Amino acid sequence: MTTHTFKPDMPPPRKSVGAVAWMRANLFSNWLNTLLTLFAIYLVWLIVPPLLSWTIFDANWVGTTRADCTKEGACWVFIQQRFGQFMYGFYPSELRWRVDVTVWLAIIGVAPLFINKFPRKAFYGIGFLIIYPLVAFWLLHGGLGLENVATSKWGGLMLTLVIATVGIAGALPLGIVLALGRRSNMPAIRVVCVTFIEFWRGVPLITVLFMSSVMLPLFLPEGMSFDKLLRALIGVILFQSAYVAEVVRGGLQAIPKGQYEAAAAMGLGYWRSMGLVILPQALKMVIPGIVNTFIALFKDTSLVIIIGLFDLLNSVKQAAADPAWLGMATEGYVFAALVFWIFCFGMSRYSMHLERKLDTGHKR
Amino acid sequence: MQNQIGTSRSFSLSDPRFRAWLFQIITLVAVVSMGWFLFDNTQTNLQHRGITSGFGFLENSAGFGIAQHLISYTESDTYARVFVIGLLNTLLVSAIGIVFATLLGFILGVARLSSNWMVSKLATVYIETFRNIPPLLQILFWYFAVLLPLPGPRNSLNIADSFFLSNRGLYMPEGHTADGFVAFVVAVLLAIVGTVLMVRWANKRFEATGVPFHKFWAGLAIMVLIPAISVLAFGSPFHWVAPALKGFNFVGGWVMIPELLALTIALTAYTAAFIAEIVRSGIKSVSHGQTEAAHSLGLRNGPTLRKVIIPQALRVIIPPLTSQYLNLAKNSSLAAGIGYPDMVSLFAGTVLNQTGQAIEVIAITMSVYLAISISISLLMNWYNKRIALIER
Amino acid sequence: MKMVKSTLAILTAATILGASGFAQAGATLDKVKKQGFVQCGVSDGLPGFSVPDAKGNYQGIDVDICRGVAAAVLGDASKVKYSPLTAKERFTAIQSGEVDMLSRNTTWTSSRDAGMGLVFTGVTYYDGIGFLVNKKLGVSSAKELDGATICIQAGTTTELNVSDYFRSNGLKYTPITFDTSDESAKSLEASRCDVLTSDQSQLYAQRIKLAQPNDYVVLPEVISKEPLGPVVRKGDEEWFSIVKWTLFAMLNAEEAGVTSKNVEAEAKGSKNPDVLRLLGADGEYGKDLKLPKDWAVQIIKQVGNYGEVFDRNVGAGSELKIERGLNALWNKGGLQYAPPVR
Repeated sequence: MTTHTFKPDMPPPRKSVGAVAWMRANLFSNWLNTLLTLFAIYLVWLIVPPLLSWTIFDANWVGTTRADCTKEGACWVFIQQRFGQFMYGFYPSELRWRVDVTVWLAIIGVAPLFINKFPRKAFYGIGFLIIYPLVAFWLLHGGLGLENVATSKWGGLMLTLVIATVGIAGALPLGIVLALGRRSNMPAIRVVCVTFIEFWRGVPLITVLFMSSVMLPLFLPEGMSFDKLLRALIGVILFQSAYVAEVVRGGLQAIPKGQYEAAAAMGLGYWRSMGLVILPQALKMVIPGIVNTFIALFKDTSLVIIIGLFDLLNSVKQAAADPAWLGMATEGYVFAALVFWIFCFGMSRYSMHLERKLDTGHKR
Repeated sequence: MQNQIGTSRSFSLSDPRFRAWLFQIITLVAVVSMGWFLFDNTQTNLQHRGITSGFGFLENSAGFGIAQHLISYTESDTYARVFVIGLLNTLLVSAIGIVFATLLGFILGVARLSSNWMVSKLATVYIETFRNIPPLLQILFWYFAVLLPLPGPRNSLNIADSFFLSNRGLYMPEGHTADGFVAFVVAVLLAIVGTVLMVRWANKRFEATGVPFHKFWAGLAIMVLIPAISVLAFGSPFHWVAPALKGFNFVGGWVMIPELLALTIALTAYTAAFIAEIVRSGIKSVSHGQTEAAHSLGLRNGPTLRKVIIPQALRVIIPPLTSQYLNLAKNSSLAAGIGYPDMVSLFAGTVLNQTGQAIEVIAITMSVYLAISISISLLMNWYNKRIALIER
Repeated sequence: MKMVKSTLAILTAATILGASGFAQAGATLDKVKKQGFVQCGVSDGLPGFSVPDAKGNYQGIDVDICRGVAAAVLGDASKVKYSPLTAKERFTAIQSGEVDMLSRNTTWTSSRDAGMGLVFTGVTYYDGIGFLVNKKLGVSSAKELDGATICIQAGTTTELNVSDYFRSNGLKYTPITFDTSDESAKSLEASRCDVLTSDQSQLYAQRIKLAQPNDYVVLPEVISKEPLGPVVRKGDEEWFSIVKWTLFAMLNAEEAGVTSKNVEAEAKGSKNPDVLRLLGADGEYGKDLKLPKDWAVQIIKQVGNYGEVFDRNVGAGSELKIERGLNALWNKGGLQYAPPVR
């Protein structure tokens, strides 16, 4: 019996595989592309080597004072020395473990929600959302046996995170209600919601913060006043809820009419058809959009500098004004930019991932 | 019985129409009483504390100097004029920012789709870097870390003895009208009329015969040649005055103060990253079949892009582009961080402080931004409709 | 509905945070006694007047006035809570009752005293606007500043006074305004502006914060009157008197030679009847102010007399090393003068 064996395939022509071919196809396909490639390489050459030498090779990594920075490049000693301030602001250093615990609790508490097969996820999630804020508030602010830490001492990245998370957590329910109101068929409610949404979307956050810090006290009954941070938070929540409302509205609009009709046919009233049929689908669809508004909010928290709260950016700015560390502004800004970048970039990747995962085919 | 049912139905909570009315009335009453509550509180607060209120302060003289004013201003001018100056400064930075961000954004968006690996990766890195850093941080960075460390006016970077870049800003030659100015203006007007006529003629011929005409090049030729002839015949329309160092600083010439420069660069860089993404998704939304169809009709790459892809992509691009323009206009209020005299830092900052009339000042500022927002979105809606009409 | 709900949410949140709760204007003293501390509005960072140290504890003249009030009312100078305020926020903060008193180097002017529902209780520091310039420019008088670019802090009386001065002298200038003094100083250092202008006390404070303090000089001209003092709400005379007399007690103590070291001995065995009346050993003068008998003893023991406070924060004992000048006592060539306790 003769067995037929195939001869091994001939290798592809050398011109169509390997690095050379790849370069030919992607970098030097015609004279214009070649020119562009050369220009791009020149740009990289112009930017990257000085950047690397400033940030890494010529940078100063060890020391305790400005005098230790003898090399040409960046002085990261400044960041090391002021790291505590950048992370916690003026939060008393012996109490900073409380902030750490709060953050760890959040990470540990949220983790199960990312495990696909975790039982009773919804109950757990809701429970977490109710219990965690109370615990976090107790840990950060004190009371019930813990020493009080006034909010004026909060600062740094911690404050940035507090403003961003409280802002989105407060804006979500309000935004959902507003979105439902905007889609309502009762004219008065629709008008109220549209006016509210368009007002907050039309003004810059900075004027909202001004308003909450300067005008709010005049709006309230005599002698009643809030903590400065709380006032800023109210402004942020109102502002953000308008954006969340628009995102949620997008989700509501994307739900096919058949779903509404089906819910009605089942004899469900407005609230039950929304709560049991429409919102679960719509909200799932808009999660990436909400993550995106959260990214925008996270970047916007840096504006509280204008009303004198010490978030990450303001802490950096303040530390750079210290006479002992003059001329360190660039290092400070680069550090702050890096921290913001890591958070925002990470979240934007996550939102893209969700978009793919949640795409269950309502789009036609 | 009948009656009872009738009445109970018309007041029944389970009647959806009745409930709708009830809800709406409750909402309206709540909103109105909330508004009244705030208004009443404010009224009492102002009265009890003896705080002056009303818009009379706008007539008072301001008494402080302003770094950049597009219309003439002296310290004895009123707060109302200060308001106008702040508004113009806001509009100026928004306008410059929008133009440059659009240009840069389109280039980056196309670059990201380029078949050239290097170019598309560079564009990606740019976009991912700049859109994930807060704009305020970028403004502060450009201002405090880049522009302020530039040399002082005495050692400024000198470009051809007419442009000077120092930490006092970018000084440029200033044009003063000269003898040939009137002739030049007339020539430009003539050129515009000529170009319009040429385009009409070319379009007519194209529709009649299908023979294309190089409208762009012909128009360019008209726009350059006629004014050039006027300059040769009647002399230059402007004589340029270069800035000169005198005393503490440069005198003469136009200046772009560093605050404006930093704000423009940062807002452009930030917004361009978003515009690039919008452009990219817009172009990608046009199906590849369109390109193939255009190619099979014998169109080359350039005309394919210009006549087939971009007109269709624009329809997807315009709505989100609008909101980016709005964002840029709103982000220009971050000027307060570096002391550029815009609406917020000048009016809601200095004027608020000098007069102490927080409510009036903030209300005016907010309504101006609302007006800007609404007018930009109306304009864009109009444009959007015009573009959408082309669709058949 | 939503609005009502959100208001309710706000209200509950406010009570939880226990910010400052409810209080009747007109009874600040009762409120302070009940809450157990004085809520004091200070500057967010002004060396010598109020500046947080690395741990966030505030120090300075303005801060010491608040501590003095706390010592007089509550008997403990440490019972103060500080609200750092920007120039913009300060007036609304005091108007709205968010702070009980404002001690934030605020210039006493007629419009602030009459048009804003506020009242100044006295002058803690007589100041005036000056100019800080780089020696390299070779300027020796403010009259030579024609065409200069000037860094100013936004929203202060400085903005107006500089403009008046340049106008009345027929000089031109370009103002660059910043929200904080740190930014102005940074811009002067980068020579974004030729001149930094501010209250003279601040110029000294800014100068020591520069990298090369000796390259800069303060010009001799003082172009305006800037009396700085604490502010309280109008209509609460009781509280107004307490804040006013806290400063007077410090001044009277310095005049009589009573210091934080000898105050207890003086209270028991002074021969000077003025001192005995001030320190409550003779008469019931504290009662008129609704204060404890030993109110002045507490102020001086815990905070010090005016001279001590001045020295410690801005004078010889501090980094600023500012002369007493106008702030010397009236009998030593200055303007500081307090009515007697009688």
